[in-house]
Amino acid sequence: MMEIITTTFGRNGLVVAFAVVGLTVWFSYLLSNKLTRGRIHGSAIAIALGLVAAYFGGLATGGNTGVADIGILAGVGIMGGGMFRDFAIVATAFGVHLSELKKAGLAGVISIFAGVIVSFLVGGIVAVLFGYTDPVAITTIGAGAVTYIVGPVTGAAIGASSDLIALSVAAGLIKSILVMIGTPMVASTIGLNNPQSAMVFGGLMGTTSGVAGGLAATDPKLVPYGAMTATFYTGVGCLLGPSVLFLTVNAIF
Amino acid sequence: MIIYGVALLSGCLVTGMLIGEYLGVLIGVDANVGGVGIAMLFLVMACNSERLRPLASGLAGEGIKFWSAMYIPIVVAMAARQNVVAAVEGGLLALVAGVAAVVVSFALVPVLSKVGKGPQIEEKPGGGLS
Repeated sequence: MMEIITTTFGRNGLVVAFAVVGLTVWFSYLLSNKLTRGRIHGSAIAIALGLVAAYFGGLATGGNTGVADIGILAGVGIMGGGMFRDFAIVATAFGVHLSELKKAGLAGVISIFAGVIVSFLVGGIVAVLFGYTDPVAITTIGAGAVTYIVGPVTGAAIGASSDLIALSVAAGLIKSILVMIGTPMVASTIGLNNPQSAMVFGGLMGTTSGVAGGLAATDPKLVPYGAMTATFYTGVGCLLGPSVLFLTVNAIF
Repeated sequence: MIIYGVALLSGCLVTGMLIGEYLGVLIGVDANVGGVGIAMLFLVMACNSERLRPLASGLAGEGIKFWSAMYIPIVVAMAARQNVVAAVEGGLLALVAGVAAVVVSFALVPVLSKVGKGPQIEEKPGGGLS
């Protein structure tokens, strides 16, 4: 009996994921309306529930892709993987106005470089405060604070040990998760309510998943603008990390 | 036909991704440089071009709108497959580094948003900004 269920669910992974995510979203909007009277956006709750589920999924299986490591929920891994994520992000550009993009063009580009350098600086300073003096360690942890992709790419390029790389990935993951949860809370304080500030926001934060989740829970109309700049961030980070930024740290320590 | 819109969307994504990969190789970086962003630009341009409009309006447009609307559910699935355990186990250093980076970046959003608006107002009367 149980076996029939697991094989059926396993064979139809992606379809099961549609149903499971649909239920989660429905339940989240119910919570949003009943418990918070709509003050906390339903999609913010759904994303938070997803993260909680990912934590318990990871604990239960010891894997590294959250609930996707549970056999019957493997389809969630496909649905939430890079391919569908990018496909849906590009689709959000449907209806975007070229004029809005041009307006924030320069600020968007500045924000990408500022975002990479500032996050790196903050991560590096924290590493120094925790007693690291080795330039490779400081650079790798700083790069992790940029994103969890820039961390390992930089670490691997400058010969960091695997525990340092793991640490940089963890810093990047914390950043990404915090952006998902925190954005709707600070949105009005930091003036995140128009396409231009969304582009600046995407460039400063950079973590594609964080920006994607955070803006979705704030105002879905802003998603394409933030995502547009965020996708350049990781590339710029991978470019600067092992080169300019490492050389600078190396010169100081 | 709905598939026309979906095909246009796919074409934009694949082309953007390819350019992003080539850009990465070109500047010697092991990452896709802006592939998704470039794909988004293609889609915006396609929707604004006369010749490609049939692929992005009417029923064909519904094919793109569907995927745009699937975005939030996909983000929920994405959240559910993050390595949250690793993030939690990274300990205090990872936590402090991640939180500090986010707080400082949040604080910079209003500052840089103003930077973008400053020259905008000045340049418009001169007609210098295209």
